[in-house]
Amino acid sequence: MTKGILFEIGLEELPARFIYNAEKQLATKTKNWLEKLRISFESITTYSTPRRLAVLIKKAAEEQTTIEEEAKGPAEKIAKDEHGDWTKAAIGFTKGQGKTTDDIYTKEVKGTNYIFVKKHIIGKRTKDLLPSFQSIIESIQFANNMRWAEETIRYARPIRWLVALYGEHVIPFEIAHVKTSNITYGHRYLGKTIQLQSPDEYETKLKDNFVIANPQDRKQLILDGIQSLERKESFQVPVEQDLLNEVCNLVEYPSVFQGSIDPDFLQLPSEVLVTSMKEHQRYFPVKSNEGKLLPYFIGVRNGDYHAIHTVIKGNEKVLKARLSDAQFFYEEDRKQSISFFQKKLERVVFQDKLGTLKDKVDRIVEISEQLGKLLNLDKNTLTKVKRAAEICKFDLTTNMVNEFTELQGIMGETYALHFNEDAEVAKGLREHYLPDHANGELPVTILGSIVSVADKLDTIVGCIAAGLVPSGSQDPYGLRRQAVAILRIMESNSWNISLESLINITLNRYQALPVDLKINNDVKNELNKFFRLRATFLFKEMGIEQDVIQAVLHNEIGVFGYTVDKASVLSEKRNDDSFKNVQEALVRILNLSKHSHRDEVNPAIFETSSEQMLFDKYQETHQAYKTANKDRNADEALKQLGKLAEPIHHFFEHNMVMSDDEKIRNNRLSLVNHIAMLINDFADLSAVEWKQHF
Amino acid sequence: MNIQEMILALQKHWSDQNCLLMQAYDVEKGAGTMSPMTLLRSLGPEPWNVAYVEPSRRPADGRYGKNPNRLYQHHQFQVIMKPSPANIQELYLESLRKLGINPLEHDIRFVEDNWENPTLGASGLGWEVWLDGMEITQFTYFQQIGGLEANPVSVELTYGIERLASFIQDKENVFELEWTKGVTIGDIFYQPEYEHSVYTFEESNTDMLFNLFSMYEQEAKAAMEKELVFPSYDYVLKCSHTFNLLDARGVISVTERTGYIARVRTLARNIAKAYVAQRERLGFPMLKKEGEY
Repeated sequence: MTKGILFEIGLEELPARFIYNAEKQLATKTKNWLEKLRISFESITTYSTPRRLAVLIKKAAEEQTTIEEEAKGPAEKIAKDEHGDWTKAAIGFTKGQGKTTDDIYTKEVKGTNYIFVKKHIIGKRTKDLLPSFQSIIESIQFANNMRWAEETIRYARPIRWLVALYGEHVIPFEIAHVKTSNITYGHRYLGKTIQLQSPDEYETKLKDNFVIANPQDRKQLILDGIQSLERKESFQVPVEQDLLNEVCNLVEYPSVFQGSIDPDFLQLPSEVLVTSMKEHQRYFPVKSNEGKLLPYFIGVRNGDYHAIHTVIKGNEKVLKARLSDAQFFYEEDRKQSISFFQKKLERVVFQDKLGTLKDKVDRIVEISEQLGKLLNLDKNTLTKVKRAAEICKFDLTTNMVNEFTELQGIMGETYALHFNEDAEVAKGLREHYLPDHANGELPVTILGSIVSVADKLDTIVGCIAAGLVPSGSQDPYGLRRQAVAILRIMESNSWNISLESLINITLNRYQALPVDLKINNDVKNELNKFFRLRATFLFKEMGIEQDVIQAVLHNEIGVFGYTVDKASVLSEKRNDDSFKNVQEALVRILNLSKHSHRDEVNPAIFETSSEQMLFDKYQETHQAYKTANKDRNADEALKQLGKLAEPIHHFFEHNMVMSDDEKIRNNRLSLVNHIAMLINDFADLSAVEWKQHF
Repeated sequence: MNIQEMILALQKHWSDQNCLLMQAYDVEKGAGTMSPMTLLRSLGPEPWNVAYVEPSRRPADGRYGKNPNRLYQHHQFQVIMKPSPANIQELYLESLRKLGINPLEHDIRFVEDNWENPTLGASGLGWEVWLDGMEITQFTYFQQIGGLEANPVSVELTYGIERLASFIQDKENVFELEWTKGVTIGDIFYQPEYEHSVYTFEESNTDMLFNLFSMYEQEAKAAMEKELVFPSYDYVLKCSHTFNLLDARGVISVTERTGYIARVRTLARNIAKAYVAQRERLGFPMLKKEGEY
């Protein structure tokens, strides 16, 4: 016999961003809980709305599954006395297991005989086990918890009711003075109080009371509503998944409606309109079939279509007030000048220890200029880099960005064009915020790339010097994301500059400042550690294995694009049978070099031709390798090192490196060591787990 | 419904929920939360239910009476219930019905919004309440006040009177709102809005204000030394308003700004602690009353 089980947690409105994750936790935790309790079941279905999290378990067994278990007792020599009779210890053991000495059997465990009994663990009644679900409810984790009234529990929002049903019976427990029952509630305004007769009717009864408990169904209703408007009005509504998810989790019963905007507002930059709609009001913007913004928006009401015109009118009014504000800011801002806004940066703190935004911009300018020079940019471009860096933050003090912070950079570009800045410079302002999320698009222009890297370097170096090292989930300044961004930009532009030199430029900048920061070796080590972790993370994202990552990062992160190329070449050779010969030779050198110190090689005391041959080949290779290295050609560099393989094999075949003659021995070790240095310059090949042997 | 009727309706509703009806507190402040009726009384174990209208001054929001939505001084209707009742959302929605807002004809939502006031060492979790997309109320469960854990937790409802009125009266300009029959907000507040803006942004005597800040701060400390919690708190409010005036005038540099906020916060924290200690010495008298009731 089986029965359905239903648990529902009724809450004051959960933050939309918590809901999906909480429902997922509920599913996993329920499954683990049932398995641990050995209650078999047919299926688990979860539900979520802003006001409830629920799980329905279908066809749960009425008893735990019976299992047979072996209970281990004392060693046989303790369990039996000298006459072969059971001792008190043995009797005690069997009693404790609910058995008699007749049930005893012996078995060898690690060379010693022990006594055992077989236990049938007869399943308990499911009904008696279910109240333990209380701890599952209490264990759901949220990004933010709160307390309410006089309760000690911390939860996302106050719990207002609990449904716990096993068939038609209520499973008794209590959380925060809320007792379980079979009573749930429909939509806050449209629904009624619902008495559930059985778990199975949960979804339908809620639907009758204007609650769509399944989030997928709610999403589909929203999409259907949007599509029918698209067909009717011949326009397009680009639906972003994030916004759809959020809207879905702000309503229990979605009704899609269309509102209008005064077409005059279309003169505002489209980003302003889109931000007002999406970020502030959670509306979907509407576009023509040609992709132009239209003076409409799509909203989703939490309720039915009754009096929808009042709702539409209200929403239109709110959006109008917002856009009027924006228009006012837009007009006011454009009456000013860039220098007017620049002046205000002196009054905005970037970070307590790192000064104001003005200070930050000054640093960005210097770093950008040095970076530009290292990249051998022409004078004209350098001038533009400087200008872009100088004014990269001016829009932060505009009215518009003050009110619509999401528009930073976008307003920078828009206003810069208005104030007759160069178009490339203007574009650089917008791009220097890129990438604005993990895997986000990178700046396309050189100005955007340089200022983006300079800005991020300044933040990372400054914050870490100020002791704000990210730890665990704590990364308030988004340093990790920014470090990855720097590396990605370096790689995609194939910048021939090492990360270490960029860090030094930035550190020097800070050292020259009258700020209260200690730039010492600890800071350098911390930065080094921090960037290595980010580089490792990025390599893993690219599918590079840990051993190869370790091999290429053993010196420094270096010219990141080149380091990435080295990693790809090694990843390929690592599985390449034909490379086995080379790898064995090179790694043999590396292993032996660990025992030696560096001296000049003296060809005059070479004893064999293979020594001389290896030395000659080394010198030749050294030159060729250097050229390949300078060209940042990883494939060629490794190929050159490979040319040493045959002479190395010969060398080991025909020479006793550890010769009794100390002079000869040291000379040979020095030769080995010179070659090892060359190999290590490329990567620590001894760290690679070569796969071609298998 | 004019503003006067709205206030009467809200007062009646919350009075029926056993809230004390208090009057606005007579020291300048930026929000109803800063009234001692909220900030101090939400501390400690004693039950406390109160409702009042609070004129709230935000010098930086002054717009010379020219912006249809922004005011140097607006009005909040403030409700505090400690401990927070289990049916507080229903009580709130009922209050909207009393204002003629029928949830079936609108879209009323609770959208996550967490509140923090670093100056007062206070923070809370809750929502902004949306009425057809417009934010009309801040709904907060206090978690920390004056740096102390709120226990039991108070719930705070802050209705934006002008916002609600512009919805109810369907007006786009705040100055056109009817306070009572034949009298608009503009009639009463346009001139003060204009003059306060001129004063705040152009005419204030900043040397005097800097002096006042220090004097108020000193006096707050001096009063605290004599364990005079309420007088000390009044001076903290004066510090806060004086700081707001200076800040709006643009004469406080960024570095100094952090310093000023920290100074006010330290005062507020000490007062919060002293208030709880004082109530404790008195044996939390309102707790006893509850028991006897």
